[in-house]
Amino acid sequence: MSAVVDAQGLGKKYGRRWALTDCDLEIPSGHVVGLVGPNGAGKTTLLNLAVGMLSPTTGAVQVLGAPAGTQQAKVGYVAQDTPTYVRLSVADHLRLGARLNPNWDDSLAQQRIQHLRLDPKQRAGKLSGGQRAQLALTLGLAKRPELLVLDEPVAALDPLARREFLQDLMEAVADQELSVLLSSHLVSDIERACDYVIVLVDSRVQVSGEIDALLDTHYRLTGPRRDPKDLPRGQFVVTASHTDRQSTYLIRTEQPIHDPAWTVTRLTLEDLVLAYMGRDVQPERPVLEVQR
Amino acid sequence: MIWLTWRQFRVQFLVVATAVVAAAVFLAVTGPNLLDDYHRLNTTFIDSLAYERLNPLLYRIGQVLLYAVPPVIGAFWGAPLIARELETGTHRLVWSQSISRWRWLAVKVGVTGLTAMAITGLLSFAVTWWSAPIDDALNSGQDSNTYLPRMFPSTFSARGLVPVGYAAFAFALGVAIGLVVRRTLVALAITLAAVILIQILTPSLIRPHLLAPVDRYIVATADNIRGFGITGEGTNQQVKEMEVATGTVAAWKVSDKTVDKSGKELSTLPEWTMACAPGPPPAGPKQQVRTTPAEVACFQRLADEGYRQHVRYFPKETFWDLQWREFGLFMLLALGLTGFSFWRIRRDLS
Repeated sequence: MSAVVDAQGLGKKYGRRWALTDCDLEIPSGHVVGLVGPNGAGKTTLLNLAVGMLSPTTGAVQVLGAPAGTQQAKVGYVAQDTPTYVRLSVADHLRLGARLNPNWDDSLAQQRIQHLRLDPKQRAGKLSGGQRAQLALTLGLAKRPELLVLDEPVAALDPLARREFLQDLMEAVADQELSVLLSSHLVSDIERACDYVIVLVDSRVQVSGEIDALLDTHYRLTGPRRDPKDLPRGQFVVTASHTDRQSTYLIRTEQPIHDPAWTVTRLTLEDLVLAYMGRDVQPERPVLEVQR
Repeated sequence: MIWLTWRQFRVQFLVVATAVVAAAVFLAVTGPNLLDDYHRLNTTFIDSLAYERLNPLLYRIGQVLLYAVPPVIGAFWGAPLIARELETGTHRLVWSQSISRWRWLAVKVGVTGLTAMAITGLLSFAVTWWSAPIDDALNSGQDSNTYLPRMFPSTFSARGLVPVGYAAFAFALGVAIGLVVRRTLVALAITLAAVILIQILTPSLIRPHLLAPVDRYIVATADNIRGFGITGEGTNQQVKEMEVATGTVAAWKVSDKTVDKSGKELSTLPEWTMACAPGPPPAGPKQQVRTTPAEVACFQRLADEGYRQHVRYFPKETFWDLQWREFGLFMLLALGLTGFSFWRIRRDLS
């Protein structure tokens, strides 16, 4: 499995402010990858660097085995707020796609427009937010890219439109073998659409991996108060909280948990993501790099 | 890409093109009659225009349009070209298609810029051709208070190649400003103001340096004197400056300074030169102004004491030479600005 995106020491500075620092990241192909993190974590900057809209200040990022931005035909990009030309019609947008992309799949585009019940003569400015996002997605998909990058595609949509969009994206991905990299600050979006997750906080990858595998190896342990040093080897603490008598650990382990003192519960993706996102707030705990 | 450029540009294009083509058609239809009049009336041609309505109006419309087109093109074609994309975020849509930014910009700037030059060229050609009888009559010495020879700054800027150079420059300036300020309306306003300012300043600040003017010393006489600049009140009046005729018809005079016999420029002329200036016109019915003996004596004294007028001017023969140079200069500026836009667009714009 080769990496569709491979960032090494990637950093980006705007004026005096670093939006992304020293980011190492590898995204395997064949997945729908959710990039999740709090606002300001550097998600948009990372995606812009990956599609070549920005050039890195430090480090480098390879996309599909070549420097970012050099293989425009192979990388589709649906930008934040899904921009479209307000005065151009839906049909004009498809024409634009057809004229500017060598691998344009017109039948796919037409099918999608029909399926979405968009009027080709309608101006994009008159479309609803959801329809506009769908139009932008159609442009991205009909380009027949090997990698499709979507930056918060559903951020501005209502819950129903959100679900439809993601559903639609998943269907398209199933039909067309392509890798997808999708950013969101909502775990529920990621949960719905993705099979792989990357948690980015302050330019750092906190955890990354296939969602099922992550959920299978993370547990919440609740029991009498205990020092983290007393946990068995092979159990890595993600977060811990203590009351006078009780300890709650969120751990990652490959092994089964035998200790009868613990009440063991499985985590939801949200628990897991929030745990990793919250870790930086407790700097006294040793930071653990979780890698697969 | 050409299709997309046209699709985004057609409204702005049609507005300007309609006005220009309409004007060109009007000029084309009325031009032959004007030329006929010139051949028929010959030396009284310019005077006869005072009794007409249509031709003077067309003359003015052509002039106004040629001044208006470059700033309009800069502001409405140039400024939004990139600024609107950056403002609405659509650059992220179009630049993520399989086309490089350079190609995108090259097609947009190429198609729109060449159209701007062609449209302005058409208008300028029509106006220059239509006005040829008037310009020709003025160049051959017919006098007018209404129409100025084509060497004069205000006419020069509305003839031949110069408007095309202005249009190319205005367009390139609009594109570059739009790319830098990223706001359509702001870019539009800045471009409009900047181009108009340049149109105003070029004749005095740039044009005289494009070519060496004819440099001559002329002794002022009662015959060649054209005017006095007088300051002060009552008995305190003094001559600040004098102007003389260059002796060539329809030339553009850029400077006319009085120097003494050592060649030094004078800021004020000696007191006795007040005698050279004519008195107030005699009352009663209009009559031929006559030179008084006192004036003749005064001019004689000027000549005797070695005062001369240092005159610099561009004769009418330098018209095309100067036109090409000014056109070339603005084309170079346009190319420089376009180069800047290509350089800037390669850098981060997210």
